[in-house]
Amino acid sequence: MVKFDIKNLNIWFGGVHALKNITLQIQANEILTIIGPANSGKTTFLRMLNRLNELQSNFRMQGVVEFNKQDIMKMDKEKLRCQVGMVFALPTPLPLSIFDNIAYGPRLKGIRNMAKLKEKVEVALKRAYLWDEVKDRLGISAFNLSGGQQQRLCIARVLAVEPEVILFDEPCSGLDPISTAKMEETMLKLKENYTLVLVTNNVKQAARIGDRTAFFLNGELIEMDKTEKIFTTPSDTRTDDYIRGKFG
Amino acid sequence: MKNPKITEKVAFFFLFLATLLIVVPVGLIVIIIIRKGLPAINWKFLTDIPREGMRQGGIFPAIVGTLYLVLGAISFALPIGLMSAIYLSEYAKDNFFSRLIKLAIVNLAGVPSVVYGLFGLALFVVFFKFGASILSGSLTLGIMILPIIITASREALESVPYHFREVSWSLGASKWQTIRYLVLPNAISGILTGIILGLGRAAGETAPILFTVAAFYLPQLPKSIFDQVMALPYHLYVISTQVPNVEEKLRYGTALVLLMIVLFMNLVAIIIRYKFRKKKKW
Ligand SMILES: Nc1ncnc2c1ncn2[C@@H]1O[C@H](COP(=O)(O)OP(=O)(O)OP(=O)(O)O)[C@@H](O)[C@H]1O
Ligand SMILES: [Mg+2]
Repeated sequence: MVKFDIKNLNIWFGGVHALKNITLQIQANEILTIIGPANSGKTTFLRMLNRLNELQSNFRMQGVVEFNKQDIMKMDKEKLRCQVGMVFALPTPLPLSIFDNIAYGPRLKGIRNMAKLKEKVEVALKRAYLWDEVKDRLGISAFNLSGGQQQRLCIARVLAVEPEVILFDEPCSGLDPISTAKMEETMLKLKENYTLVLVTNNVKQAARIGDRTAFFLNGELIEMDKTEKIFTTPSDTRTDDYIRGKFG
Repeated sequence: MKNPKITEKVAFFFLFLATLLIVVPVGLIVIIIIRKGLPAINWKFLTDIPREGMRQGGIFPAIVGTLYLVLGAISFALPIGLMSAIYLSEYAKDNFFSRLIKLAIVNLAGVPSVVYGLFGLALFVVFFKFGASILSGSLTLGIMILPIIITASREALESVPYHFREVSWSLGASKWQTIRYLVLPNAISGILTGIILGLGRAAGETAPILFTVAAFYLPQLPKSIFDQVMALPYHLYVISTQVPNVEEKLRYGTALVLLMIVLFMNLVAIIIRYKFRKKKKW
């Protein structure tokens, strides 16, 4: 099943042509990893999917992005963002307790019942594999957690909104190898129930957990295929160069 | 002066001296007013009406008047100021119109207080026919402290990091929900600072209330917002310059009460602010 259908997407920020004629589809329950050197448009692509780009005043776009066959530009953007969650590059806990961070999304939807909120928080934390580490101290500030824990908190916070798709923008860039391994494990398990799009600057990470991989360069989609194929027999030499670390 | 250690010590000394110079006048003012005013303070002085042409008795009506005016001014200026601060920092695009508003606010802050008094006289007292009344005085004071509240609130709102807002939006929050649940709670302490400054200013100014509300001598309490009242700063001016042979301690006593009211209000706001600040961490 196709989750996202992107056709001829062009994006400009003022005079910068950030994405050039991107056409691709994102399948349900896959991990699509996006790799590419700096400024290749990976973040821009990701933030298109939950309509965060348009907050920039110099943003301009052409083309169609469909989510579940609906044009996202015609959808209510708050509704879209409930269905398409995002985890940012650096851990971004809100200045609230662990509990209130997770309950933030459900509360926005009007859930006030404490028992119900508690249940949602517990479920979300368990799915993000953080519950055992924090269950006795849900009331402390989320800033007291380690970086890796904060990042899993951000996943739990997204899960509590019950999205269908989760976007990750270099979620491990600030983490140590052990936290990174935990994050990857978490993402692999999430795949069963969610569609994941993972932008990563770590080629090995893409190889480890991606089902399919897309390679972006200078705003263009150079190629996209099964991860195995991209990493063994890429069809474009630039992909090969990038994977072997020849540039970027 | 090649040795950086010595340079640093010298610099440190002068910086310390400059800081000390700020503390000295503040301390002196407080000490002098307390020393000269404290003998006048007693229960009767605080609760009695002025008598014998204000040479005897107390200052109760002026205390009440000042409290009414300050509360009136803040309850007018806070909602309007906060709403325009929210508009300016969260909604307004950077264009000619919004820049014009910002410029107007800066200029409003620079207008001398006596001009506010004349403005209040023309608009509220005469044009709207509120007369010299608590209403006119509160509105005039309110307009005077608007720029203080707007500026402080805007700074407070803008000091909440942008990425918090992005996180909130990305979780499906609307713009208003983000402001309501995330930005405002984290900006409260800064907004309170604005209120503190505004309160102090409103309580202490004489010129804006001169033509709009303040009574020279009115030994009774107001019955409605259309009544005149006495007010501490104006009363202080009157007994210091307009009425001969007022005992010195009465004047300083009045000043002391005014100072205490302002300090007390500040204290309350500072305590609230401190409570909020303890929770804030980023
Ligand atoms: N708000 C903006 N205004 C102007 N240009 C922008 C803006 N956002 C992105 N760009 C430009 O768009 C291009 C793509 O940026 P993007 O952040 O998507 O790259 P990226 O692949 O995520 O890079 P990185 O690996 O460094 O995160 C860059 O040239 C960038 O300068
Ligand atoms: Mg990026």
